[in-house]
Amino acid sequence: MSIWIAIAVTAAGCYLVKLLGLSVPSGVLERPLVKRLATLVPVALLAALTAQQTFSTGHSLKLDASAAGLAAAALALLLRAPFLVVVGAAVVVTALLRALTG
Amino acid sequence: MGALRSVLGVREPTEISDGAGARPDRAVIRDALGVGVAVGLSGFSFGVTSAGAGLDVLQTCALSLFVFTGASQFALVGALAAGGNPFTAAAGAFFLGIRNAFYGLRLAGLLRLPAAIRPLAAHWVIDETAAVAFAQPDQRSARLGFTVTGASVFALWNLTTLAGALGASALGDTDAWGLDAAGPAVFLALLAPKLTSATDRAVAALGVLLVLVCVPLLPAGVPVLVSALAAPAVLAVRGRAGAGEPPASDRHGATAPEEYGATEPREVRSQEAGERGATAPQEARARETEESAR
Repeated sequence: MSIWIAIAVTAAGCYLVKLLGLSVPSGVLERPLVKRLATLVPVALLAALTAQQTFSTGHSLKLDASAAGLAAAALALLLRAPFLVVVGAAVVVTALLRALTG
Repeated sequence: MGALRSVLGVREPTEISDGAGARPDRAVIRDALGVGVAVGLSGFSFGVTSAGAGLDVLQTCALSLFVFTGASQFALVGALAAGGNPFTAAAGAFFLGIRNAFYGLRLAGLLRLPAAIRPLAAHWVIDETAAVAFAQPDQRSARLGFTVTGASVFALWNLTTLAGALGASALGDTDAWGLDAAGPAVFLALLAPKLTSATDRAVAALGVLLVLVCVPLLPAGVPVLVSALAAPAVLAVRGRAGAGEPPASDRHGATAPEEYGATEPREVRSQEAGERGATAPQEARARETEESAR
């Protein structure tokens, strides 16, 4: 049940901000500080989510094969690989390392 | 979904307008479908990730149908898998979705949609549709690009989500297949093109630090919310150190078309590459100096 609550709240919230952007008169969201935060908050969140999902499990920190997978994704990004290759590199390297170290 | 520049960055720049005229519809449609296919397919990894996080097929498909903004979906299932309560989990996903409001703001001026269409179009306001629409030279191609990208991403994202959710049980232990690395890779791919200045990198580094410090201490889902404070914290420190930040419109993110290099000429992109420090370190240093002088 709590999963459905999370889904409903997220769906409603995400839809409303999309509609808000299309509907409000320009100028309301155009303040420099608001814009600055709007670009920087996703930077903080994406960096944090990357780190959290790679280096932690539950309440403890971990270092395992998925860190190598993330490194592979970073390398693919540096080489300007397409999105699917970036994700694929992370998955394949992680799986290979786990298969090898069993 | 996302990482538009990564999706399109390796493709040949499409022939941009013949002179000052409109782009041919075929070119717009080809761009839009290319994005839709590339990004839509990553719905498979979302489906698998979501199933691995303990959501059933119906819940997974409901997310792709009704939330339809990939980073938020990955964030939500990650937080739920970690045992977060539904509201903290939803809050993290919601904050990631706020950027879509800023895409919408620019799209409103660009597409000039009738009021009756707006509630429908709003659902398709995401990284990819915004990127393709912003890259078009006129309203007509922007509308076409927005619509075709929205339709192709929506169709493929949902179909592949279903396939991933159904396939996950056939795969068995998803960790053994390395699929737990897909979510972080998606986040990194979305993050990379945003790291254009020292401020961006400082915010990212502080976000990582905050989340890893908080993970052992705070309830699941909360550490990611704490990490969002990295943005105002870095702005406050830099604001005090310098004469203030330049307006965001000069820079990057939701408001700068140059972030969406979908159809820009090659020299623009190679200049960007230089700014990233790969080929022109002196240029990168100049940018750093300029940045810190502010």
